[in-house]
Amino acid sequence: MAPQPPLLTMSGITKSFPGVRALDGVDLEVQAGEVHCLLGQNGAGKSTLIKVLAGAHQPDSGEITWRGERVTLGSPVAAMRLGIATIYQELDLIEGLSVAENVFLGHEPTSAGFVVRGSAARTATAELLKRLGHSEIDPTTLVGELSAAQQQIVSMARALSHEVRLIVMDEPSAALDPEEVDNLFRIVGDLTADGVAVIYISHRLEEIRRIGDRVTVLKEGRSVAGGLPAESTPTDEVVALMTGRNVEYVFPERPKGGFAEGREPVLKVEGLTRRGEFAPVDLELRPGEIVGLAGLVGSGRSEILETIYGARKPDGGRVLVDGTPLRPGSVRAAVRAGIGLAPEERKAQGLLMLESVSSNVSVSTLSRFARAGWLDRRAERAAAHQAVRELSLRPDNPDAAIRTLSGGNQQKAVLARWLLRGCKVLLLDEPTRGVDIGARAELYAVIRRLADEGLAVLLVSSEVPEVLGLADRVLVLREGSVVHTADARELDEHRVLDLVMEGSLTP
Amino acid sequence: MTQPATAAQQEAPTSAAKSAGEQESSRRPGLRWDVRTLSLLGVLAVLVAVGGITAPDQFLATSNLQLVLTQASVIGVVTVGMTFVITSGGIDLSVGAMVALASVWATTVATQEFGFAGILFTAVIVGVGCGLVNGLLIAYGRMVPFIATLAMLASARGLALQITDGSTQVVTVPSVLDLGARDAYILGIPPLVLIFAAVTVIGWLLLNRTTFGRRTVAVGGNAEAARLAGIDVRRQRLYLYLLSGLCCGIAAFMLIVLSGSGQNTNGNLYELDAIAAAIIGGTLLSGGRGTIIGSVLGVLVFTTITNIFALNNLETAVQQIAKGAIIVAAVLVQRRSMRGGDA
Repeated sequence: MAPQPPLLTMSGITKSFPGVRALDGVDLEVQAGEVHCLLGQNGAGKSTLIKVLAGAHQPDSGEITWRGERVTLGSPVAAMRLGIATIYQELDLIEGLSVAENVFLGHEPTSAGFVVRGSAARTATAELLKRLGHSEIDPTTLVGELSAAQQQIVSMARALSHEVRLIVMDEPSAALDPEEVDNLFRIVGDLTADGVAVIYISHRLEEIRRIGDRVTVLKEGRSVAGGLPAESTPTDEVVALMTGRNVEYVFPERPKGGFAEGREPVLKVEGLTRRGEFAPVDLELRPGEIVGLAGLVGSGRSEILETIYGARKPDGGRVLVDGTPLRPGSVRAAVRAGIGLAPEERKAQGLLMLESVSSNVSVSTLSRFARAGWLDRRAERAAAHQAVRELSLRPDNPDAAIRTLSGGNQQKAVLARWLLRGCKVLLLDEPTRGVDIGARAELYAVIRRLADEGLAVLLVSSEVPEVLGLADRVLVLREGSVVHTADARELDEHRVLDLVMEGSLTP
Repeated sequence: MTQPATAAQQEAPTSAAKSAGEQESSRRPGLRWDVRTLSLLGVLAVLVAVGGITAPDQFLATSNLQLVLTQASVIGVVTVGMTFVITSGGIDLSVGAMVALASVWATTVATQEFGFAGILFTAVIVGVGCGLVNGLLIAYGRMVPFIATLAMLASARGLALQITDGSTQVVTVPSVLDLGARDAYILGIPPLVLIFAAVTVIGWLLLNRTTFGRRTVAVGGNAEAARLAGIDVRRQRLYLYLLSGLCCGIAAFMLIVLSGSGQNTNGNLYELDAIAAAIIGGTLLSGGRGTIIGSVLGVLVFTTITNIFALNNLETAVQQIAKGAIIVAAVLVQRRSMRGGDA
């Protein structure tokens, strides 16, 4: 191939928000037809960078060159006109509109400039979905009725509905099953074969090895390395660049001598079931024990957790805490009995995003700081501070706005909430989603320490190594049924994957 | 370079087109929407039955039914505009005040000199002007719609009082009065009802068949996603309040025709009636879903109740209590039916 100017060059990009310097000199160079991976911890500036690229944020300084010409990306429309499409991590679809309406939102095929030609949009959408290998999605279905994985496909169809030269994918595999990820990679391969460039953001290094061509690493708003070969750069080197130190998936040690053995179970689940979601589940959780639920997306993992917590009403069975049955379908009863949940969608279900760390931590314990309805704010703040400090949350400031914290620290705030309440059973749904590698090890250590202090933990994660590394016992779920229960040390990733996909161990 | 979009559009094989057509017939949201509409139609049927039983001679008389429809027309036009605003996640509390201001401004002696056209033009322009102020404050001044339109409610009503000094401005233009006469029919239908019908049809098309409607739903469903999709969210918001103002201008004109006068007390509490009608019709107060047909049915339900109560000589107080109960009941019933639909 004759030497060509890069498709995209960004140089010296800076962007500040009140109080935060999100980008502090980023350089990025992307060639046509390559998969360029963007790596970096949470808060490294990846999201801000792609929003600049999408025209949603304006950089304070720096240059953007597109196919050899300097450009300004003044609005999302400007970026789209050039052929830059972005698939955001937080799915940016409108639930009340149909698939086709979402795909062509903002650039609907029209007659007379404003009358939408619905059938044209539906036909084109069906074509795009077929190309993406998902012709089973009906273009007229409301997006709100689709699964997360299907919504991901719709986002991708939307990106492809433009004339694209560059697609930015922000953690596209986070909500996907392994099979879906294969499909995603096939699509990425097709795109690059056509000369489209892909900027691919993922926390999963093995994915980057599989499909990436080159890697740019961001750290604290700066690009610390650009254009590394994705296949041959050693993991240690990449991680070292991201963190400034060498970190691996480090799991805390399990307590010796089986701390939990011989103790009475604090949580008992008997025949709990919800039709169409999961078959009757039996489960015992002892103080000091971490039990993991492993399974694919849609295997009923989160549903089981939410049903134990009372957020969903069971069709049968019961949940007992210290031998006392809970009123089914009542979160209040569960919380009173000492159950806490760190939900999967941290921002949507777990946190008051406009509030301070302190308010977020104390929200489940407010009555403790109140006299006749008056809040003793000093006591509230002090208690929250204490809980926050125990979990070494950073910044060590209960007045910080929760939205300014990184994913890992936000998760710690959720844990601090339950710690402050003094709960006995902690339900963790994807506790490390959106948490970067460095912060994960710390979060694992915190969870293990809480267990060592006598908490019973039920953990759901789509990352098998996480379940195996952190939990003492593992229940493997497949299509709503527990297919296997074992000591975590007796299982390995391969066996678990066999179980979740086949339902039995292959000999 | 690839051109996926154009390629997909051009290829459009007939088989795919056909399957898209088949899929449409089994569209589930459409079914759910039908349940909602049918239940409202059911309520309306029950009300008509109640009316027919409690006041058999009067209620079903053609003249009474025409009266009900005429009364529904004015608030109905306001509700169509309100439906758009609510669908976009906004609210317009100033509709009643805008109707009042437009109706008095359009009936001043000076305006009446320009005859029919002068009155119509002034009413519409005043409505649009108020809507423009609302829209600019909300879209570009970043004011919360509740506050901006609350301020407009207060000031527009104040200005209406200022103009009239509390007196009723009688219309002396014959062509306007003729339009509101009891025996004025076009194709056997009172002209105001025709206006309402036209506004409804245009509103339905605008919401369901145009980019404008699609953008309205998108802004209400997820404003940030809409922005990232390349929609000019602010301009869309501005247009929506303009539209609401326009509807109020038209409604003011209809009210002038109906009453033969302009008063500063016109359109009192229209905001509540319009919001209530839209909500019981099935438009989400949080935005992201709206239905013009539902809103129109909501208006008809309310107007019919008022009429039945009046025919049975029940007090206004009782009417209002009944209205409140109906709002609560309608929303509760819809919640249940939605949950049933999801399961």
